[in-house]
Amino acid sequence: MPARTVYLDHSATTPTDPRVVEAMLPYFSDVYGNPSSAHRFGRDAENAVETARETVARILNCQPSEIVFTSCGSESDNLAMRGAGWTARQQGRGLHLVTTPLEHPAVGKTVQQMADLMGFERTIISVDKTGVVDVEDFANACRPGTTVASVMYANNEVGSIQPIPQLAALAHERGAWFHTDAVQAAGQLTLDVQKLGVDMLSLSAHKFYGPKGVGALYVRNGIELVPSQSGGSHEAGRRSGTHNTPLIVGLAKALAIAYDEFDAYTTHYCQMRDSLIDGVLNRVPGSQLTGHPVNRLPSHASFVFDGVDGNALLMHLDLKGVAASSASACKTGNPEPSGVLLALGYDRQTAGSSLRLTVGRQTTTEDVDYAVQTLVEAVEKVRRLNREIV
Amino acid sequence: MSNNADVRVVVAMSGGVDSSVAAALLLEQGYNVVGVMMRLWSEETFGGGVHNRCCTPDQMADARRIAAKLGIPFYVLDTKDVFRHTIVEFFIDQHRQGVTPNPCLECNRHIRFNFLLQNALALDAEYLATGHYARVSQAASGRYVLKKGLDERKDQSYVLSVLGQQQLKHTLFPVGEYTKPQVREIAARFGLPTASKKDSQDLCFIGDNNYRRFLGDYAPDILQPGPIVRKNGDVLGQHTGLANYTIGQRKGLGVNSPEPLYVIAMNPYRNALVVGTADELGSDTLTAHRVNWVSGETPSEPFRAEVKIRYKAQPVPAWVEPLPGERMQVQFDEPLRDITPGQGAVVYDGDTVLGGGIIERSG
Repeated sequence: MPARTVYLDHSATTPTDPRVVEAMLPYFSDVYGNPSSAHRFGRDAENAVETARETVARILNCQPSEIVFTSCGSESDNLAMRGAGWTARQQGRGLHLVTTPLEHPAVGKTVQQMADLMGFERTIISVDKTGVVDVEDFANACRPGTTVASVMYANNEVGSIQPIPQLAALAHERGAWFHTDAVQAAGQLTLDVQKLGVDMLSLSAHKFYGPKGVGALYVRNGIELVPSQSGGSHEAGRRSGTHNTPLIVGLAKALAIAYDEFDAYTTHYCQMRDSLIDGVLNRVPGSQLTGHPVNRLPSHASFVFDGVDGNALLMHLDLKGVAASSASACKTGNPEPSGVLLALGYDRQTAGSSLRLTVGRQTTTEDVDYAVQTLVEAVEKVRRLNREIV
Repeated sequence: MSNNADVRVVVAMSGGVDSSVAAALLLEQGYNVVGVMMRLWSEETFGGGVHNRCCTPDQMADARRIAAKLGIPFYVLDTKDVFRHTIVEFFIDQHRQGVTPNPCLECNRHIRFNFLLQNALALDAEYLATGHYARVSQAASGRYVLKKGLDERKDQSYVLSVLGQQQLKHTLFPVGEYTKPQVREIAARFGLPTASKKDSQDLCFIGDNNYRRFLGDYAPDILQPGPIVRKNGDVLGQHTGLANYTIGQRKGLGVNSPEPLYVIAMNPYRNALVVGTADELGSDTLTAHRVNWVSGETPSEPFRAEVKIRYKAQPVPAWVEPLPGERMQVQFDEPLRDITPGQGAVVYDGDTVLGGGIIERSG
């Protein structure tokens, strides 16, 4: 084991808050009924699920009936795109989908599959060097026959925040539904769907100190979804499958904590992030911040480095106890440069040098200092190695 | 042993039993062990759906599981580009020159004991360990000595003959001290998978192990038909491409002759396949280039030694004469029939590897 471990990969996942674990525990072995059952065991579990739904609705400023619980963020994205796409198609409203090169594969590959195999059309709009979508391009892409537009609230690789209210309004003016993947944004940006003006919004609990294996999708009343998973008509027929009561309770509890203590947490994230960014840019020669310099997730710092391979960097950092990630990282040693960075206009080599450091609630100033110092040394080592190997 | 914990060793893992046991043994000796697997080039890169046989997704998953079981960090190192440049392109180019290369020798020279070793050292490792059946020891003089593996039948010192003092100083071969059955026992003791992969010695980057098919796909220019000739220039027929033949081959030549004829040489300049009788085939001398002397010092005089001319051949007695320009001439006591340009000629003194070179020509 390294002398010190510093976890700076909170965009990948977060530890489950002990308060969340505690809230979940009764729903494994004590309140174990099936929420669909008519008896008291079922009613107790149903009460927990519906209370959780109300909690989520409170934070999203929507009706409880507009919340669908799922198994993860990817499922939420799939349900939104496929469900709304097929509904619009059935209603004869069109087949055209609009999305961005910044999307998580749960949206990107789903839309690609719908285009390749199911007769939908897609338009991928352009983004600028800071990872923000071209609003004019978006407006032009949405045309008669456009049924669903999907733009990620904040990007996982470069942290840039999109002008969601503006984009949602433009989509609506052109008769399209608007979905946003808010998996990265949750816990760090407002999820008020009235302010955002979105029709659908995806969440995943483990990104905001909840458990893995549970997500949610907000779907505005009035939008029917053709279910991706059919069965016993749970979740008003939108997503079948026995409710996972403890995880649903955990999601709601985690979301409540994140938004009840929103200011304290986000202030801390910003402080840690800014000192990380300052440290890296000042001390690592040939480093650049990727994504938007200001409009970025409070927890999110991302960089590229001249002449350094992101995978090699991760290996060096890991052996020193620093957990980070690289967009091109691949556990099977077959890295591909990040599609997001290529879309932002970086060349292939630069796109292969990315590093993401994402801070969390437990991150301390000492952690940041240690990570920066370790990174300075690792970058130097990888560069020296590249010079020595002929 | 007491301070081995401060000594980091990077183990080149393949998911197979030998490198897994190597990692386990080092861990038992108290070292700070890190597992690394190289992702090598494979035809899959071109969309053929073929995997490099030595680093398939399955083998990576196996290696990852073994590392997790042993509780060591595990990384996969992207080695595709350097492997393609130095091994695959070299392989094709050598065949273009009518030479049958041994890619394992080049891989050890350029990939394992240069690229990987440099990476290991940059990770603050003192040693790179592999699952090869060979041994390294340090002589009283301080010099490092490379020896055959204890298990003579598994010995892999031939393909390690490219190593010098700088590499050996940082190299460990933990399984070289054991026989294969013992290695399997050790694997069982550690709860590691004991099955060994199929022979992964040669041409790992060719999915179906068919190098003729591979050359046909990647370098069709090599497989041009040309004349089959005798030494005196008589044309006996047509061959289908030099790479389709090997020195010593008798069958499948498709020429009529009262006496059996064998492939005795390739002439890439005329794209000619030279055939001859059994008498013409054998040769008792060879010259080799790119010679490496493990000790770092070129012997000053001709000396008696045993020389091995293929991975699977037996070492045979010979006189070895070092020549200027990293060359040597080998004079065998008895003629050999299959001296093949491109293969290694490795010089032994008993168990000790003195050095080796790449065969330029017989005679």
